[in-house]
Formats: sequence, structure tokens, C-alpha cells
Amino acid sequence: MAELAGTTPPITNPTAAQEERVISPWRDAWRSFRKNKLAMAGMFLVAFFILIAIIAPLIAPYSYDVQKMADKHLAPSAAHWFGTDEFGRDILTRIIYGARISIWVGCISVAGSVIVGSTLGVIAGYYGRFIDMIISRVFDIILAFPSILLAIAVVSVLGPSLRNALIAIALINVPIFGRLVRSKVLSVKQEEYISAAKAIGMKDSRILFQHVLPNSMAPIIVQGTLAIATAIIEAAALGFLGLGAQPPTPEWGKMLADSKDFILDAPWTVIFPGLAIMLTVLGFNLMGDGLRDALDPKMKN
Amino acid sequence: MIEPLVKVENLKKHFPIKGGVLGSTVGQVKAVDGVSFTIKKGETLGLVGESGCGKSTTGRMLLRLLEPSEGKVYFEGKDILSLSSSEMRKMRRDMQMVFQDPYASLNPRHTVEKILEEPLIVHGMRNRQERKKRVKELLEVVGLSSYHAGRYPHQFSGGQRQRIGIARALAVNPKLIIADEPVSALDVSIQSQVLNLLQDLQKEFDLTYLFIAHDLGVVRHISDRVGVMYLGNIVELSTSEELYDEPLHPYTQALLSAVPIPDVDVKRERIILKGDVPSPSNPPKGCAFHTRCPQAMERCGSERPAFQEMKDGHYVACHLYG
Repeated sequence: MAELAGTTPPITNPTAAQEERVISPWRDAWRSFRKNKLAMAGMFLVAFFILIAIIAPLIAPYSYDVQKMADKHLAPSAAHWFGTDEFGRDILTRIIYGARISIWVGCISVAGSVIVGSTLGVIAGYYGRFIDMIISRVFDIILAFPSILLAIAVVSVLGPSLRNALIAIALINVPIFGRLVRSKVLSVKQEEYISAAKAIGMKDSRILFQHVLPNSMAPIIVQGTLAIATAIIEAAALGFLGLGAQPPTPEWGKMLADSKDFILDAPWTVIFPGLAIMLTVLGFNLMGDGLRDALDPKMKN
Repeated sequence: MIEPLVKVENLKKHFPIKGGVLGSTVGQVKAVDGVSFTIKKGETLGLVGESGCGKSTTGRMLLRLLEPSEGKVYFEGKDILSLSSSEMRKMRRDMQMVFQDPYASLNPRHTVEKILEEPLIVHGMRNRQERKKRVKELLEVVGLSSYHAGRYPHQFSGGQRQRIGIARALAVNPKLIIADEPVSALDVSIQSQVLNLLQDLQKEFDLTYLFIAHDLGVVRHISDRVGVMYLGNIVELSTSEELYDEPLHPYTQALLSAVPIPDVDVKRERIILKGDVPSPSNPPKGCAFHTRCPQAMERCGSERPAFQEMKDGHYVACHLYG
């Protein structure tokens, strides 16, 4: 160990460019996401439906709720691309407006469950012990019900409406995010940089928001994207059962339910709303899978 | 005699072993079992011992990253174990830690600038410009360049990361730095650079170190005094020259005989210890080392040797010298 006594020059890197591009972990994830063709296709599908939802009044050729019994069950044509329903309303128009509802329900309900679930999960994971036990058992109880059954129960208590369907869907997703965040927090909490943060003298709240949460974000984003897809299906299911959006709101699930009697006579009334649901859900799922590959370090290398 | 910076008295950490249906405590792991020492201002106290002997646990207890089960820790005469958590947070300004694993101890989502800025924010440096200036200063102090500030930890090598860890510890101008195996995760060539950096910083900023390591050579190089730990106890504590020239405890003798000598002609008697380290959940009665000690006597199996001063400043816990 005698050589240890010799002085050594400090580490410098003269060849490195002074102003280099810094690759942040998020940018790195975006790069690998961009290489994934399926994920990009999913993202475009999602972007397409979001765009449609935003500019619905500009592109919709007809009004979604004006009934014209003379035009009942018209097959797809140049005037009505997707045909008309039993009240003579243009299906394309209703699908365009329906995108607003589905995406709204999906995003808002998931946002709600992410916020509530993450907060509970962080509290359970970080403080542990008694609080953890209570929160985790409540999650277990909620998860013990089949999700759609619980949603139906909640809606029947609150009364059928789109808003209540949204609340029900948010509620059944809370434990999914809660558990996810709790487990992530438990593992992040063991990391040495959390000890380092404590040694520096940080308060718990700062450690939580600056260190624990940002390092738990990746799985939340992935699960959130996938959950939007499920939430859209659940909203459609509730609509189909008459527990979600009420007429004349052009909700895709409701459109399916209203048209199910005409599936042989006017199949377009069923096919197009079904396709819309399928494509939106597919888009979110593909995007979610791509995000998982891009953000999950375990999948790398 | 001047007041020591740190005084540790009979520090213990017992981890409960939970078992049974109701999660009752069925046993205890005595990770640290009654450790006492002092650290003088400006000195480096080395703490050596094999894996699992409790040296890191001791270091973490000094900073209250782990709460001790028993014992006292005084820092500048103040009993830090009695401080409330908010008082303790302020106290942390004076005592910092450099961690073992430079890959795990830096938050991967923060840039170097953010990592170094945080202790400043936490300890009340409000001015953004001042903070930026200080970050640059810190980077240069540890031998990095100011343009490294915008990078993320994964863009650095192990040695550079450890320098960032050191800069973070220095940010708040601490008096004591606990270095928990700061070089054991690094290549040998980088180890010497980091050790020299630590020594230079000690001179420059009048720092006191508790240096935890398992490498005797490293500890000898950096320490003024060295404590040898075995199974949760300090068995020998002395100035580093004396410990290396004249080890008293049989365990220390065995450890030192295992250090390779970089000279092919020198032949040395190696003391090979038999058996494994006993489990700290069920430590042997009497002297913890008697199960493996080549010079064990009957007494060692029944009576725990006292930790006493043999020569001036040379403490040992062994019945051979009692």
C-alpha cells in the first residue's frame, strides 16, 4: 500500500466537450420508446382519438342528438359514412362525440385513482407498521370484489349517471395504484440515496417528494396508461348496462346497447362503435406496453 | 485533556428476530454489543473488522440513521440520542456520511448540481446564485470540473461518483465525516486517488473522520488510531503504528498476518483461523473470539474480558493481558 502515499492528479477529462448534451433518464426512455414501432402506432392511435375528441364540433358532419326518423337505419353511404341509427342520427357524428366521453372518462377516472392511490400507497409504504396494515387491508377488501361488480354496486348506490360511473371506475382502480406505489416505495426506501438524504438532514416530506416519488413514477405511468384502456372498457360496460351515460349522450357502450337488437338488420350500428372502443383501447394498451419496455430498467439489457 | 469531538459509550444495537404465528420476538441479532470509543478533533479513527462485525451499524448509529438499542453518543459534549428529530436535522450539518456504494448512494434521477444543491437548500442557503457558485466550488474541491454539474450520476465512473458523494458530504461544512467503506467498491488505482483526496480535504477543512473499512492496508494509510471489531465488539484500539507493529489481541494478530507483503523474500508465519464467525444471534459465552482463538484458555469460555488500557492509549479486551 506504499503506492497510496504517492500524489495523484485529480480526475479531469480534458477531451470532453465543455457543452455536451446531457441525456436525462426521461429522454433516454423516450429514445427507446421511439424505436418501438408498435408503441408508436399505439401513441398515434391515442393521439388521433384525442384530436378527434378536441375538435369534435368542427369535424362532425351532423348534430349528435337531433332525431330524423325518416333517415332511420340508413346503410353507410357518402352522406352518412357510418350509416345512421334507429333514430336517424349519424353514427359517425356520434362516434366523434363519443370519443370525448370515453377519453374524458378514461383519463379523469385514472387521474383520480392515481392521485388517491399513490398518496395512500406512499403513506403505507413510507411510514409502514400500523398505517400500512390498515391501508393494505382496505385495498385487499376492495380487490376482493370483481371490479365490474363493485362498479355496478357503487353506481346503483349513487344513481346511474356518467359522473357516478366515473367515480365508480376511479374507486375500483385505487387499490391497483395503491399497491403498486406501496411496493415501489418499499423498495426505493431501502436505496442508499434515501439514507444519504436522511443523513443530509432532509425532512420526510422532502424525501418523499424529491426522492421517493420521482423514482416510483415509471411504473405509475405504465400502469396508468394501461388502466385508461381498462377504464374505457369499464365505462362502456356500465353504459351498456344503462348505468353510465344517459341518452342522448353518445357514449360508445350505450350505442352498442341501443343497437344490439338490430345487429342483423343494421350491423353498422354495432360494428362502428365497437371498432371505436377496440381501437382506442388497443392504442392505450400498445402505448402502455411500449412505455413499460422503455421505462422499466429490468427489461433493459 | 481536550474534550473529544465524539464520545461513544456502551453503544448497542440489537435487531429483533420476528417469528411465530403472532410475529413475536424469538431472538435478537446483537449486531453491535457494547462499543465504546472517542474520536478527537482532527484525527482519523479507523474501524476494521470482517463483514458482519457491526462496523457499518456503528457508523450509522452515530448519525442516528439507525436508532441504537442502548448506549450514549456525545457530539461536542451534547447527547445526540436525546435530541428531537428536528433538532437532530440541524445537528446533521456538523456530521456527514460518505457511503460505501457510489452507484446506489446518488439519486439516479437528479443531476449532480441538484444532488449537491440539496444539502444547501435543506440547511437554509436561499440564494440561488450563491448555491450555484458553491456547487461549482465543491466540484472543484473534489477534483471534478464545474461543467460536470449538469450531468447525471450514470454518466460518471465509480471513482468520480464517489467524489460527488464526498462533495455532497462537504457541502454543509461538517466537522465529522463518517466514511463507510468509501473505497471498497472502487478499483485499486482509484482507491488511492480517493484516499488522497480525503486526506487533502482533512487538512484543508480541519475534518475529523471515522473511517470504516475491511482493508487493513487502507486503514493504516489513513488512520491515526485504529479500532478492531469482532462480532459487535471492539477487541483492540490503539494508534495505528502501535497496532500494526505490536498487535496484542490474537484476532488482530491473525488479521495482520493475512495482509500480503509485497516482497517475495520475506517469509512470515501466517495465523490461520479455524472455523467461521459465530452467529451474532447466538454469540459465544465469555470472549466472543474464544471459539476460534489459537491461544484460548479455559477462562475465555466463561468470562467476558474487560476492555482495558494496557499501555498508553492502547486498549485491548483479552484475558492474556489481564
